[in-house]
Amino acid sequence: MPIAKVNGVEVEFEQGMTVLQVAERAGQEIPRFCYHERLSIAGNCRMCLVEVKPGPPKPQASCALPAAAGQEIFTDTPMVKKAREGVMEFLLINHPLDCPICDQGGECDLQDQAMGYGRDGSRYSENKRAVEEKNMGPTVKTFMTRCIQCTRCVRFITEVAGVPDIGMISRGEGAEITTYLEKNIDSELSGNVNDLCPVGALTHRPWQYHYRPWELKKTETIDVMDALGSNIRADYRGSEVMRVLPRVNEGINEEWLADRSRYAVDGLQTRRLDRPWIRENGKLRAASWDEALNAVAAKLKSASADRIGAIAGDLQDAESMKAVLDLFRALGSNNTDCRQDGAALSGDIRESYLFNSGLQGIENADAILIVGANPRTEAPLLNARIRKAWLNGKAEVAVIGQQADLTYDYAYLGEGSKLVGKPTKAVTDFLSKAERPAIIVGMGALVGETGPAVLNALGALAKKTGVVKDGWNGFNVLHTAASRVAGLDMGFLPQDGGLSVADMLKPGALDVLFLLGADEVNASGSDAFRVYLGSHGDRGAHGADVILPGAAYTEKSGLYVNTEGRVQMAERAVFPKGEAKEDWAIVRALSERVGQTLPYDNLNQLRAKLMADVPSFGRIDYLAPSASFDVASLGVKGDAGDIAFVSTITDPYLTNPIARASETMAELSRERVAPVALAAE
Amino acid sequence: MSARRLAKVQPASFEFSKETMEKAQWWIKKYPESRRQSAVIPVLWLVQKQEGWVSEPAIRAIAELLGMAYIRVLEVATFYTMFMLEPVGKVALIQVCGTTQCMLRGSQDLMRVCKEKIGPKDKLSADGRFTWQEVECIGACSNAPVAQINDLYYEDLTPENMAQIIDDFAAGKTPKAGSYCGRHNAAPVGGAKVLLDPALYDGSAAKKIKKLPNSEPKKADA
Repeated sequence: MPIAKVNGVEVEFEQGMTVLQVAERAGQEIPRFCYHERLSIAGNCRMCLVEVKPGPPKPQASCALPAAAGQEIFTDTPMVKKAREGVMEFLLINHPLDCPICDQGGECDLQDQAMGYGRDGSRYSENKRAVEEKNMGPTVKTFMTRCIQCTRCVRFITEVAGVPDIGMISRGEGAEITTYLEKNIDSELSGNVNDLCPVGALTHRPWQYHYRPWELKKTETIDVMDALGSNIRADYRGSEVMRVLPRVNEGINEEWLADRSRYAVDGLQTRRLDRPWIRENGKLRAASWDEALNAVAAKLKSASADRIGAIAGDLQDAESMKAVLDLFRALGSNNTDCRQDGAALSGDIRESYLFNSGLQGIENADAILIVGANPRTEAPLLNARIRKAWLNGKAEVAVIGQQADLTYDYAYLGEGSKLVGKPTKAVTDFLSKAERPAIIVGMGALVGETGPAVLNALGALAKKTGVVKDGWNGFNVLHTAASRVAGLDMGFLPQDGGLSVADMLKPGALDVLFLLGADEVNASGSDAFRVYLGSHGDRGAHGADVILPGAAYTEKSGLYVNTEGRVQMAERAVFPKGEAKEDWAIVRALSERVGQTLPYDNLNQLRAKLMADVPSFGRIDYLAPSASFDVASLGVKGDAGDIAFVSTITDPYLTNPIARASETMAELSRERVAPVALAAE
Repeated sequence: MSARRLAKVQPASFEFSKETMEKAQWWIKKYPESRRQSAVIPVLWLVQKQEGWVSEPAIRAIAELLGMAYIRVLEVATFYTMFMLEPVGKVALIQVCGTTQCMLRGSQDLMRVCKEKIGPKDKLSADGRFTWQEVECIGACSNAPVAQINDLYYEDLTPENMAQIIDDFAAGKTPKAGSYCGRHNAAPVGGAKVLLDPALYDGSAAKKIKKLPNSEPKKADA
């Protein structure tokens, strides 16, 4: 590897690195505004000036200068300092001095770097430039006078999000960042431009003036709004989660976060269940924990084992599911299911329901066939990855299912199961011609009566076309629920002829139906005694006979397994609301009252049991290298029929009880989903 | 210069004329198919030629023609001041150069005339036939003061010339372009001042060259 000298210290670097990257490698931090590792290089802020020998005797923008072997780089000479101070002075000429009322204050790049390179006062006596505010939609609050034209937002929205909505119009002093005629940004990743903005020009509109960054305490945890398990940081003040920001995890979310994961947090404050309720004479009345648990226990004890059942919801942590599963098995019931949408997945072979190539690994695929999924709504950050692979010219994409705008070009092969049951030459050729083909199967393809047959046919197609072979496993199931893989891992499924979700909900099927945060099923047809354990007064709580208030994902420590099979631990940021308790503890208390005390007294014992029963939970943050498996044995051989695949997510901003309680999500749904639906009619 | 904005009143739609479309396609063909956006500036010119200015529906039509995002065309149209974002005079768009050389030679007097005859700067005249602007250097400094009217340069202007030119345009005539002080192109006023000796041109000044310079091969260790 070539060697360069940074401030007299030799450092090795890779061919193609820039001077800035080489300096970083040597431990020298270079101030910057426009440069960002994950975006293209603009080189327009000039803050990263360094001195380079050999070269002209003037400071050079290190972010845009390729490093060369034998180069001598100086980052702290008087010339460099003077040059950067000059740049800073010019940046501050037009920057308002409104830090005390700026939401970025305290976490502002310009503020921080002005501490190092700024002057104590201004020499500029003219009027400062003022720029009108711009509308960019419900997620982005603009204050364009603060803008320093780094164009990070333009590059992000064009390159990563693939929705070229933001641009810089006019020039020179008149230059302004705006959207076309101030339309809303139509990207599900729009919140990231607020993170990228190095000043306070773009800030989070939903959280505008809600907090100052230094007031917040921070908890590193896991997102549950989709099945990717994005790494997040929940910032809270008192008992309220004020905001959610992404953490860097190269394997999952890089450093981005989808709007749904970010802005649904205001839903944690509204429509909360904060005390137990019991239905008496058709009306709910507030009850004590004792009353509520006794009522449930009495019903469970009096019903016969085959007439009680449990359905687990999409946001549940593994521990509470394990507790419910253990309780129902102890009671002798086989009626347990975690597949609210009824997807035809079984828990037999782990590879059969995982995103086997891995989220990062999908970038290595050279042909991606998306079946019955809309990754843009179901997993926005996966969609950004597919776009990245497509943009780099590495992967071609084809779609069977709905024709949606995915932000990249794809070959549209057909709309439904007919094409999977009897693949045409176009389908098989697309996969078999590739070296590392991948199939992404969405829940849209696996729900309904034809689900098992479609899964079987896809397995056969995967085997035939080399999607699963030695050294490459491109059979990818894209889940939409954060809890689903954990549920499948532990076998939260009907056992030995037990009832599935659809069967449990039929009238007269059960005497007691236990809904563990299950809000995506319509239980109104069931005449069973319904118990709802969850955090929000949503669909599941409607019509429930007993409501047990549980904890939302920021209020409990729990394990989640993402769609690629990676186990991650979420941490508690704040305490559950009111009298609500952590879900597993409620189930544990209930088990005592039905005479089947669960063998764990605290969360650690529960986790130990979980890991002993299902060893895959034992390795946190670990992505198992995916083995090749008999993909043709999946599902049930049968007629795949002729059904058009429809994504199970119709409104990406209203997918779960927290999002449905969120005002911001309601606004986003109105702004982004409703107009599209209208246009389609 | 303040921020450039699109006109408040916009036409409902825009159509490429057959001729404009033909020329646009000629430009588009100059670039590879995947780079057809490269034709954005020529196509903006063509549209401005057709309509006199660039309207918002035209920006959208260009974006669709070239397969670009609307904002990308807007960026280009607002960046270059030569693209008119508001309707301009149908008879004449007068662009008076206001940069140093022209200013020293009296461009401000020209602007005064324009203001008297047409109205305020950058605004369409009341009858909709004229617009005048002050522009930065248009690169004809030797013939200052200069104004570009529609597609041609009018040079060495005096306030009287300017008034006459405006009147002529108003009367439906097309005044001649070029210098108004009688000089040829950018030659000195009143004819050539140097290289006047006729002997320079009849061959008599030529001498026979005895030895071509640098024609001898270089000696090794000279």
